[in-house]
Amino acid sequence: MEIMIKTIDQVTVVDITGDIDGKTAPEAQAHILPLLEPGCKVMLDMSRVDYMSSAGLRMMLSMHRQTAGNQGQLILVGLSEEIQDTMSATGFLNFFTIQDTAEAGLASLK
Amino acid sequence: MERIDIYPTHIYEGYKLRPGRAYPFGATLVPGGVNFSIFSRHASYCVLVLFEKGSASPLIEIPFRGMFQKAESNEPVWGEFRIGNVFCMTVFDLDYESIEYGFRMDGPYSKVERGQPGQHRFDPSKILMDPYAKAIGGREVWGHPPDWNDCYHHRSRLVYDDFDWEGDRPLEIPLEDLVIYEMHVRSFTRHPSAGVKHPGTFAAIREKIPYLKELGVNCIELMPIYEFDEFENSRIHPDTGELLMNYWGYSTVGFFAPKAGYAATGKSKDGTQVADELKTLIKELHKNGIEVMLDVVFNHTAEGNEYGPIISFRGIDNVTYYMLTPEGYYYNFSGTGNTLNCNNPIVRNMVLECLRYWAAEYHIDGFRFDLAAILGRDPWGAPLPNPPLLEALAFDPILGKCKLIAEAWDAGGLYQVGSFPAYGRWAEWNGKYRDDVRKFLKGDMGLAGAMSQRLQGSPDLYAWGNRGPTASINFITCHDGFTLYDLVAYNGKHNEANGENNNDGGNDNHSWNCGWEGPSTDPAVNELRCRQMKNAIAMLMVSQGVPMILAGDELANTQDGNNNAYCHDSELSWLNWTQLESNADLFRFVKNCIAFRMAHPVLRSKTHFTNRDYVGSGYADITWHGTQAWNADWSGTNRSVAFMLCGKHAKGGTVVDNYVYVAMNMYWDTLPFTLPGLPDELKWHVFVNTGAPSPQDSWQPGSEPLLDDQSRFVVGGRSVVILVGK
Repeated sequence: MEIMIKTIDQVTVVDITGDIDGKTAPEAQAHILPLLEPGCKVMLDMSRVDYMSSAGLRMMLSMHRQTAGNQGQLILVGLSEEIQDTMSATGFLNFFTIQDTAEAGLASLK
Repeated sequence: MERIDIYPTHIYEGYKLRPGRAYPFGATLVPGGVNFSIFSRHASYCVLVLFEKGSASPLIEIPFRGMFQKAESNEPVWGEFRIGNVFCMTVFDLDYESIEYGFRMDGPYSKVERGQPGQHRFDPSKILMDPYAKAIGGREVWGHPPDWNDCYHHRSRLVYDDFDWEGDRPLEIPLEDLVIYEMHVRSFTRHPSAGVKHPGTFAAIREKIPYLKELGVNCIELMPIYEFDEFENSRIHPDTGELLMNYWGYSTVGFFAPKAGYAATGKSKDGTQVADELKTLIKELHKNGIEVMLDVVFNHTAEGNEYGPIISFRGIDNVTYYMLTPEGYYYNFSGTGNTLNCNNPIVRNMVLECLRYWAAEYHIDGFRFDLAAILGRDPWGAPLPNPPLLEALAFDPILGKCKLIAEAWDAGGLYQVGSFPAYGRWAEWNGKYRDDVRKFLKGDMGLAGAMSQRLQGSPDLYAWGNRGPTASINFITCHDGFTLYDLVAYNGKHNEANGENNNDGGNDNHSWNCGWEGPSTDPAVNELRCRQMKNAIAMLMVSQGVPMILAGDELANTQDGNNNAYCHDSELSWLNWTQLESNADLFRFVKNCIAFRMAHPVLRSKTHFTNRDYVGSGYADITWHGTQAWNADWSGTNRSVAFMLCGKHAKGGTVVDNYVYVAMNMYWDTLPFTLPGLPDELKWHVFVNTGAPSPQDSWQPGSEPLLDDQSRFVVGGRSVVILVGK
C-alpha cells in the first residue's frame, strides 16, 4: 500500500494505492490520523484501492468518527463497485459521504 | 493502565506464547494476541494448528505440552498449557484476518477405522475445527466445488465483534402479536426474477424488506443459517443429472458461525464481513419492525454415523458430544446418523452459550428448535421428566426475552405436541393444528369439534398447563411438506426429483388436488384452488395463537408436488417473483388478512377464552354458531363452523375492539347462515368472502362495506366469510 498526500483548494487529498487490510490499515491510519485536525476537509481517493478488509473498514470508520467529532469533513471518492458493495452489505456505507469522482468530491467540499 | 499479562512467557519456533485462559472457550482476541481454548475430557494430547488463510498446509503447529523456550532468555523449558480438561494458550502477534486455526488431538484407542464402532474416535492425522469457531471458511462461496483432497475442510476463523448496532435491540414483540414468515435464505432471492444485486444472500433479504413490510409480517424465521456443508452427501441424480445437495442445511458444521455461503461478502474469506453482513440485515429488519428468528438444529451434527467424516466434535471428544450405544455405535434419534448428547453438562453448556451468543451478539429475537424432543432425552435416549437443557434455556437470563419454539417431536418416535416441557416459556409448532385444518379444508366430515379447538389456540392441548394460546404456533404449511399451492393441487407427493424413488417425504399430507393432479388448464379447478388457498389463509389469520406462513405461499409458489425439497438448489425451490404479478389477487388477499389480524386485538388473545361474559357486554368472549345463529352443529357429518368474538373481551377485556364473526363452509354447496345479532349501535360489515370474485373477496381493514342483510349470509360452497361488527 502507498499513500500520497497533497492539498488542493484547502482540501487535503489522500491518494491510497493497494489493499487496505489488517496488515496495512495501521500504517494508513498512522499517516492519515494527523491530518484530521479540527475543521479539516479531507478527501480519500480510493480509486486505486482494490480491496478493503473488515480491518480496513474499521479504520475508515474510526477516522470518520474522529473527523466528525472535530467538526471536520471526510469524504471518500473513487470507490470501486466491489468495495461499495462490501461497504453496503456490511453496513458501513451509510456512515460515509461518498462521491463518484475526485472532481465531484472537491466540488462538494468547497 | 496497561495489563501486565500481555507479554509472552514462552516461545515455540519463533511464535510468542503464554499460558492461556480457560474461559471463554474458542478463540478470543486479547491485547496483543489471540487466546485459544478448547475442551476435551479424554484427549491426552493437543496441538494448535495455524494456517495462512486458504493455504494447503499449516503455517505452524504448536503443542499445548512439550519443550518451549523461555521468552526472556531463550533457555529451554518444559511447559503445559492446560487447566483441567481445557487446553488453553495465548499466541501473540497474529494477524487475526489472515489466520485460520484448528487442532489435532490424540487419546485412547485412536484411529478407529471408518465404519467400526468406538467410544473414542481420536485421529491425530486429522485437523479439527473449533466447536466454538465464530467464523468458518472452506465453503464460503455457495456451491463452489470443494477440493476433496484438502487436509482441512471447515476452517475455524477469527471474528472482530465490534459491530455498531446504533442502539438496536431485539424488538420483544409480544408472541401473540407475531406473524411469522418462514424462509430459506437462498430460496427467497436466488431466482433471477428477484431482481437483487447479490441473489441468495443475507444482503439480498435486506433489499426485500419493503416487500416484507407490504405483506405485513413482523417476524422472519430463517431456515438453518449456522455453517453447514451444502456438499454433505451431495450426489448426481441418475436420471436428471442434477446435482442434489444438502440445500436446506439441517445439519450443522459449526453452531457459532453464520453460513458464509449465504453472505454476499463470503467470497472475501473475511469472517468479520460475513458477521457484519448478517448483523446489518438484522439491524435493518429491526428498524422496520421485523423480528428475526433462527431455526436451530441441535439434535445432530454434520459428522453423520461411524462412516461420516471427522470434522470436529468426534475427533475432540466423541463420547462427550454424542449419544452412543454400549458398543460404540451412534444412536440415531434424529434420523440423520448421530444424536448430539444434549443433556451431557458439557454439551448442554455449549448449546446454552451458543444461543446466548446469538441473542447477545446478533440480536436474534427467538429460536425454533428442530426436532426438539431430542433435547429432552437423557444420554441413553430415555425421555427425561425434567430435562435440564430445556429448563436451563427457559430460565436463562440472556435468553430471558427470546422466543423459544419447539418442534415437539423427533425421528425416534417421541411426540410431545401439547406435552413438551414448557417451564412457562416454550411454544410448539402445533402439528395437530396443521393436520386438523388441512382435513377440514379439504372437506373431511366431523371436524367441527377439532376445529373449534384449533381456532381458539388449542386449549385442549395447552390450557391444562396454563400455557395460553401463544404456546401454539399455528401453521398449515412449512418447509417440510407441500407448499400451500401444492396442498390444493396434489393428492400425493411427487418426489422423484429427489432420486429416492419417491420413498422420501411424508405420506400423511391431508391434501386434495381439487379434481386434477398437478397443473391444470381447467378454469374451474384453478378457481377452486385459488379459493382453497384463500380459505386456508383466512383460517390461519383468524386463529388464536401465533400464525406462521411459508414464504411464497402468498404467491401460490409451487414445488411441483415435491413435499421434501431438501436437496434442490434449483427453480424447484427458488421463489419465482414473477408470481407477484400473475397471482396479485392472492397476494392482495393475504396482505389484507394479515392487516386485519394486526388491526384486531380480539384475534390475538394472550389467554384462552372462558366461554362466558366477564365484562358485562352481554356476549361471551367467544360464541359458537351454525347455519342457525347460537346453534352450533358438532355432529359427525358436519363440514362447517361459525363463531363470533366479542370485541369488548379483546386481550382479556383490556382493550376494546370490533366484533368479529367467521363462517367457514367446507361443504361443497352453499349454506345460508343466520347471523348473531349485534348490540344496537353496531352493524355487520364484510371483510372477507372467499366465495366472491376478486377484488370483492377481501377489503382493506377499515374499508369493509356494510352488509345489506344483517340477519343472514349465504356462504358459498368451500368458502369462508369474515364479518366485522362495528
